[in-house]
Amino acid sequence: MKLRHYTIFLSIIVALVLQVTPMPPLADQLRPDWVLLVLGYWTLALPNRVNVGVAFLVGLVLDILLGTAIGIHSFAMCVCIFVLAANYQRLRNYSVWQQAVVIGILAALYHLLVFWLQHLLTDVNFLFTYLWPVFTSMLIWPWLFLLLRKVRRQFRIS
Amino acid sequence: MNTMFTRGPSLPHRTVLALCLSILLILVDHRLDGFAAVKVYLNSLVSPIQYLASLPGQMLSASANRLVSHQQLVAENARLTLQAARMQEKLQRFELLKSENDRLRTLLGSPVRPDAQIMVAELMAVDNNPFSHQIVIDKGAIHGVYESQSVLDDKGIVGQIMEVGTTTSRVLLIADITHAIPLRIARNNVRLVASGSGQLDELFVEHVPHSADIQVGDELVSSGLGNVFPEGYPAAKITSIVRDESRPFAQVRARPMAQLDRLKYLLLLWPSDAPVQPVFDGQGES
Repeated sequence: MKLRHYTIFLSIIVALVLQVTPMPPLADQLRPDWVLLVLGYWTLALPNRVNVGVAFLVGLVLDILLGTAIGIHSFAMCVCIFVLAANYQRLRNYSVWQQAVVIGILAALYHLLVFWLQHLLTDVNFLFTYLWPVFTSMLIWPWLFLLLRKVRRQFRIS
Repeated sequence: MNTMFTRGPSLPHRTVLALCLSILLILVDHRLDGFAAVKVYLNSLVSPIQYLASLPGQMLSASANRLVSHQQLVAENARLTLQAARMQEKLQRFELLKSENDRLRTLLGSPVRPDAQIMVAELMAVDNNPFSHQIVIDKGAIHGVYESQSVLDDKGIVGQIMEVGTTTSRVLLIADITHAIPLRIARNNVRLVASGSGQLDELFVEHVPHSADIQVGDELVSSGLGNVFPEGYPAAKITSIVRDESRPFAQVRARPMAQLDRLKYLLLLWPSDAPVQPVFDGQGES
């Protein structure tokens, strides 16, 4: 089937759409890092297909979509995906909730990196509300993990 | 498994390469502004994702439109008719004043102010980037939108066009922390610069001497200096003044006239000396 070959691509597109969909301000603050989660899953599952290179490209698209200086999100994304790709064998053996904690720490690192880079370029101030997505990402990881594993097994992606 | 895995540079090498490339791109984009020319294409490239992302909201508002009750429509119609009548009356006076003003200006030998052209644009997306306030609108290069064009709503100045795509463009709001706008007080023509605070309902008015004639409630209009915003459009209202003599300047805050957190329809402005002319699609909305 043709869809098989595009599943990873399509899941990343869906994640990008979810990342930029307009939301009410409250839900906006709590929006999980869909792109990071989906890329993270594929990196853990198939590190030979998705790793730093894909993360770099998706980060660039995210930069254009969000209107940040080109390179900021790709930098943060690359660092996080590198950590996952370098440790995928260990992380795969963790339980889903342990993985969620690791993903939460990475999401915090991601947001801090984006903030630091932005801070270097413009004088933005740090508010703790910027870190709310860390918790929602952590909570949503197990469900996303199960969903994407189901998808991966269904379409036998390798 | 896959033999591809061992090909190419190793993971750490790849990462270092990607990170160096990212830093290079940041520097080129931010410090040198090297992507200004290709940004149109980059924005057009990702606009399908933006259209997809704005789809749920559009569907919601479309279904909300269908479910409006008859009563609500009648009430709205009555309100709008009343508003139109009031506007019409104001417009008649405005026409009179305008012709009188033009006559006086010709008498004084100063140039007559030409009309600006206007196009209505709709909000497509609001960025969820917490560090900057930008919105995306549904008009782009094919409609004649150009960079640094001013964007208004029915109350006042909203911002300026930052990047243009083929069918969409990105607006930097006046409340963004990197934005500043030259203004004057409508009451006495004192010139000021208001910069964004990063919060949608506040602007900082910078470098105001303690002795400046400025009061809470003063209306600020664009001064036309800097050649970005045309002269005379309302922009903000002074909300607080702290005159602390131990500081070099008074601390003045203002609130934007436009309701930046509930934008829906926006006006794009083409002054007579605009580099591009607007392209209207079909309807006579000028």
